[in-house]
Amino acid sequence: MRTKLISTLLIGIASIGIAFVSCKKKEEAPAPGSAAPPPPPAAAKKETVQNIGSDTMVNLAQAWAEEYAKIDPNVSVEVSGGGSGVGIAALINGTADVANASRKLEPEEVEKAKAAHGGKEPQEFMVGYDGLAIYVHKANPLEEITMEDLGEIYREGGKTEKWAQVGVKSIPGAKDGNIIRVSRQNNSGTYHYFRETVVGKKSDFKSGSMDMNGSKEVVELVAKTPGAIGYAGLGYATGEVKILKVSKKKGEPAIKPANATVLDKTYPISRPMFMYTPGEPSPGVKKYLEWIMTDAGQKIVEQSGYVPLAKK
Amino acid sequence: MADARPKRRTWEVVSERLIEFAIRVCGISAVLFVFGIFFFVFREGAPFLFGGLNLGQFLFSTEWYPTSHSNVRYGVGALIVGTFSVTALAMAIAVPFGLGAAIFVSEFCGKRTRESLKIIIELLAAIPSVVWGFIGISVMNPLIQDVFHAPVGLNVLNGAILLALMSVPIMVSIGEDALKAVPDTYREAALALGATRWQTVYRVLLPAAKSGLLAAVLLGVGRAVGETMAVLMATGHAVNIPKSLFDPVRTLTATIAAELGEASVGSDHYRVLFIIGILLFTITFIVNLSADLVVRGIRRRN
Repeated sequence: MRTKLISTLLIGIASIGIAFVSCKKKEEAPAPGSAAPPPPPAAAKKETVQNIGSDTMVNLAQAWAEEYAKIDPNVSVEVSGGGSGVGIAALINGTADVANASRKLEPEEVEKAKAAHGGKEPQEFMVGYDGLAIYVHKANPLEEITMEDLGEIYREGGKTEKWAQVGVKSIPGAKDGNIIRVSRQNNSGTYHYFRETVVGKKSDFKSGSMDMNGSKEVVELVAKTPGAIGYAGLGYATGEVKILKVSKKKGEPAIKPANATVLDKTYPISRPMFMYTPGEPSPGVKKYLEWIMTDAGQKIVEQSGYVPLAKK
Repeated sequence: MADARPKRRTWEVVSERLIEFAIRVCGISAVLFVFGIFFFVFREGAPFLFGGLNLGQFLFSTEWYPTSHSNVRYGVGALIVGTFSVTALAMAIAVPFGLGAAIFVSEFCGKRTRESLKIIIELLAAIPSVVWGFIGISVMNPLIQDVFHAPVGLNVLNGAILLALMSVPIMVSIGEDALKAVPDTYREAALALGATRWQTVYRVLLPAAKSGLLAAVLLGVGRAVGETMAVLMATGHAVNIPKSLFDPVRTLTATIAAELGEASVGSDHYRVLFIIGILLFTITFIVNLSADLVVRGIRRRN
C-alpha cells in the first residue's frame, strides 16, 4: 500500500512538473531572438542580447557582459555556454543574437544560417586568440612534448600507450605507466580543433579516452590523476596542473604557450576565437561588439587568460 | 406507488459517471504515456534505423565515431558492455545488502529500530542522482585511487558503488513489503515445529516471498540500467571495453545525455542517439518481461 501511495504521489509531482515546463515554453515562445518584444510602458527601452556558444569562451563572454553592464546599462547581455555547436545551432534557429565559436563556421552552416535568415550572411567578428595548452599532472616529470608524440598518443592507431615511450620513467601514483588520455565530447569546438591540428585532418581520436563535457572538467580530472594528459584552453590553467611546452618537430625548440608565442604563431596549437551575428547586427549588438575590440574589451581577454588581438 | 425505491437525482448519476470515467482515464493513462513515448522515440530514430544503419555494426562494433570527418562509425558494442558491467557489479553489491536489510527490517529488529531504519532508508532514496555523481567525483574518486592504487578513480567500481547505493532503498522497501505479505500463520507454524528464526527465514519466508523479492531485485536492475547522471559523472566516460574494475567505461544513457544537446536535429548522429533510446527501451522491456515470466512460473509450480 505504502509504495503504491508513494508512486501515485511521484506521478502527480511529475505531471505537475511537465505541465509547468510546457507552460513556460509557451510563455517564451512569442519572443524569438531579436524580434522586438512589446516595450514596457514606463521603463527605458532595455535591450537583451542572447549570447550563446563555445564552452571555451564562456568565462570570457561572461566577464565582457559584466563589464559592459557598467558601461551601457540599457543593454543586458545574457551569456550561456554549451559548446560552439550549440551556439551555431542557436544562431541558425534564431535563439541567439550573438554566437560564440572557437572555430570558423563550416560552409554548410553558413548556408543553413542564410536560408533561415532570409539570405543574410552571418557576420564574423574575430575577438581574440586561444592557446590550447597541454596539461599533465604536477607529479609528472615531463616538461615538453612534440606534436608528433601528441599525435601518436591521441590518434586512432597511434603507437604511444605508455609514458615510457615519451621518455618518462615513472610518475609517483601511476605505477602501471599507462597514459590516461583526457579528451572532450565529440561535438565540442575544442575537440574538432585538436583533431584537425594535432590528431590529423583525416584521422580520428583513439577510442578509450575519457571524454569530459567541459574544459574545466578536463583540467580538474588531470589534476587528480597522476597518469593523465589532457588539452584545454590556456584560460583554464590552475596551480594544480602543469602545462607542457610544445615543439613542432623533434629537434625544434619547445614553445611555452603565452601571449607573445600565440600571437606570432610560434606556439603550434593556437586558434582565433569568433563571435557571429545573423546578418547585420542591431545597433545595440554592434556597439557591444565594437566595445569588445577596444582596449578596454581586449584587456578583459588578457585578464581571463586568453590572448588579445594584436594592436593595430 | 409500485416503485417504492427512492429515485436518484440526475446530477448524482451524472457525477458518478464522470468520476468513474476520470478514474478510468487515470488507469489507462500509463498505457497511453508508454506508447506515446515509444512512438516519439521511434519516430525520431526510424528513418535511420531502416535507412542506412548497419545493425550488425551498430550492435557489435566498439567504434563510436559519430562526428568523424573521414570515417563515421556508429558502434555501440562498448557502450552496451559498459552499461552491463556497471549494472552487474552494482547488483552484485546491492542484492546482498538490499535483501539482507529487508530481512533484518522485516523479521529481526524491534519496532522502534524498524521505524527509524525505514525513515533513514527512504531518505537515502531521496538523494538526487546528480548529488550521487558529485559524491562520486569528489569523495569516491580520491578514495578509490588511495585504497586500490587505481590509476583513475572514475571507473566501473565507482559507478557501480553509487548505483548500488541508489538501488538499495528500492530493494529494501519492496523486499520488506514482500516479506510482510507472507501470512503470519507461516511464521507461527515454523515456530511450532521448533524452527529457529534463521531457519524460518531461510526455509519458509524466502521461498514464500520469492516472487516479491525477485520483483524488488529487478526494479533495482531497472533503476541501475536507466540511471544517467551519476554514471555520466562517475564512470569516466570513456568508450572502452573494461578489462578490470578500475577501467573507465561509458554507458548508453550517459552517451545520450552527453551528445544529444549538440547533435543537430535530424542528422544521422541525432537519429542514432534515438536508436540507442530504442535499444534501452528494448533492454528494459526484456528485463521486465522475463521477470514476469519467472514470477508466473514460480506461481504455477506452487
